[in-house]
Amino acid sequence: MTPRTVIGWKGAVGEIALHFGLGLVALVWLLPYAWMVATSFKTLPEILQAPSYPLPSGLDFEAYAAVLGAMPLGRYFWNTAVMALAIALLQMAVALPAGYALAKLRFVGRPLAFGLVIATLLIPAQVRFVPVFALLAEVRLVNTMAALVLPFGVSALGTFLVRQALLSVPDSIVEAARLDGAGELRIIYGLLGPMIAPTLVALFLFSFVFHWNDYFWPLVMTTNDTVRTLPLGIALLREQGTGVRWHIVMAGNVLLSLPVLAVFAATQRYLLRAVASGA
Amino acid sequence: MTTLLFSAVVVAGSMSLGLLLALALNRAGHFAAFVRSAVFSAYVVSWVSVALLWLWVLDADAGALSALVRQSGLVPRNWLGDPEVAIYTVALVTIWKIAGYSLVIFLAGLQDVPRELQEAAALDGAGAFRRFLHVTWPLLRPTAAFVATTSLILSFQVFDVVRVMTQGGPIRSTTVFVYAIYEDIFMNLRVGRASAQVVVFFVFLLGLTALQLWAWRQREAA
Repeated sequence: MTPRTVIGWKGAVGEIALHFGLGLVALVWLLPYAWMVATSFKTLPEILQAPSYPLPSGLDFEAYAAVLGAMPLGRYFWNTAVMALAIALLQMAVALPAGYALAKLRFVGRPLAFGLVIATLLIPAQVRFVPVFALLAEVRLVNTMAALVLPFGVSALGTFLVRQALLSVPDSIVEAARLDGAGELRIIYGLLGPMIAPTLVALFLFSFVFHWNDYFWPLVMTTNDTVRTLPLGIALLREQGTGVRWHIVMAGNVLLSLPVLAVFAATQRYLLRAVASGA
Repeated sequence: MTTLLFSAVVVAGSMSLGLLLALALNRAGHFAAFVRSAVFSAYVVSWVSVALLWLWVLDADAGALSALVRQSGLVPRNWLGDPEVAIYTVALVTIWKIAGYSLVIFLAGLQDVPRELQEAAALDGAGAFRRFLHVTWPLLRPTAAFVATTSLILSFQVFDVVRVMTQGGPIRSTTVFVYAIYEDIFMNLRVGRASAQVVVFFVFLLGLTALQLWAWRQREAA
C-alpha cells in the first residue's frame, strides 16, 4: 500500500464523519419544527402521556379548532398581512427617491444627510419606542394601524441599499432621460426603479418578513383585538392559562411560522444572496 | 450585568458555531445547501415561534428534551426554572436562532478567499489547521468584525425571546436591559426612569459600534 492510498482512505473516513456531523446539525435545526408539527396534531391525552410517543396517533385537528376558538384568527392574519405589506410598500416608495437624492443629486450637505441616514441605522426600535409612544399617545394614534405602519415607513437600511444600487447606474442614463424631457418622478419610479429591481425586491422581502414576525412594536403599541397582530395572539395562547395544552400552542405556532417558512423556501436563493451582500 | 453575560455567550457561541459550520459547508452540492438552509431557516422564523418551540421542547414535564435525558437515565435539569441556568438556556436558544446568519455571512467571506492561496499553502506542506490560521483567518477578519458587531448589537436588543420564555425570571435572572425598560414603562409605569435607561442603552450601543468600527479600521490598516 502506498502512502497515497492511505491518505485517500483517511480522507474518505473524514468525508463520512463530516457528512455524519452535518446530518446531525441539520437534525438539531429541523427536529424542533417536526416536533412542533407532530404536537399540533395530537390530542390532550396524548400530550399528557408520561413517556410521550413522538408521533401523533392520527391527524387530529382539534388543536387547530381550539386556536380558532381562542382568538379572532382571521382578523389577526389580516392585520398582520396588511401591516407588513403596507410597511414594505411604503419603504420601497420612500427609499427610492431618498436613495436617488443621495446617489444622483448634488446639493449642499449631502454627505451630512447621508451620515445622518447611516447614524439612524444604529437606532433600534427598542430605543425609539418610548418617545414615539408618547408622541402617538399625544395625537391619539396608539391602538391604530397608523401606529404600527407609519413609524416604519422610512427605512434607513432601504435608503442605504437603494443609494448603493444607484451608484452603479451611470449618470449619463439620468442625463439622457432629462434631455428627453422626463420629469424627476418619472426618472425615479419609471426608469431607475425597474433598473434596480433586484435590490427593491430584496428590500421588500426583508421588510415584509421582519414585520410579519415583529412582536415588540405591536406589543407596546396595541392593546385591543382590532389592530392586534398574529405573533401577539399566538404568544398570548400560552399566557391565557392554557397550562399543559401544548398541542394548541403548537398549532398556533404552525400557523404563525408556516407562511414565513414558505416564503423562505420559495425565495431562499434570493434572500441568501441579499443577506450575504450585507443587507 | 445580565445583558453583558448574555451577549458574551451569544456572540461567542453564534460566531464560533457559524464559522465552524461555514468552514464545513464551504463546498458545492445539494447536501451542503440543504444543511445551510436548515440552519438559516431559524433566522427567518419569528422570535415568538422560536421561543414557543423551545419552551415546549424544554418543558420540564413532557418536553422532548427532558424525556430524552430521562431515557438516558439522567435527571433532567429545570432549564428555565433554575435561576442559575435560565440565562444560559435563553442564550442557547438565541444562538440556535441567529447562528444561521453568521454562517451565511462567513460563507460569503470564505468565497472571497482565493483558492490558489489555499492550494499554494497546501503544496508548501501546511496542514488544514495551519492553512486556516495563516491563510483563511487573516482574509476573513473583516468579515468576522462585521459579524461580531452585528451579533453584539442584536444580542443587546434581545427582548421577544425573554418576554415569551421567562418574563425576566426566575428571580429576575433573565431580566435583560430592554426587558427592564419594558417592565418599567408598562408594569411599573415609571416612564421617566425608563427614558433615562433608554438614553443609557443608546449611548452604550453607540459606543460599542464606534469601538467596533475603530477596531475594524485598525486591523485593516495593519
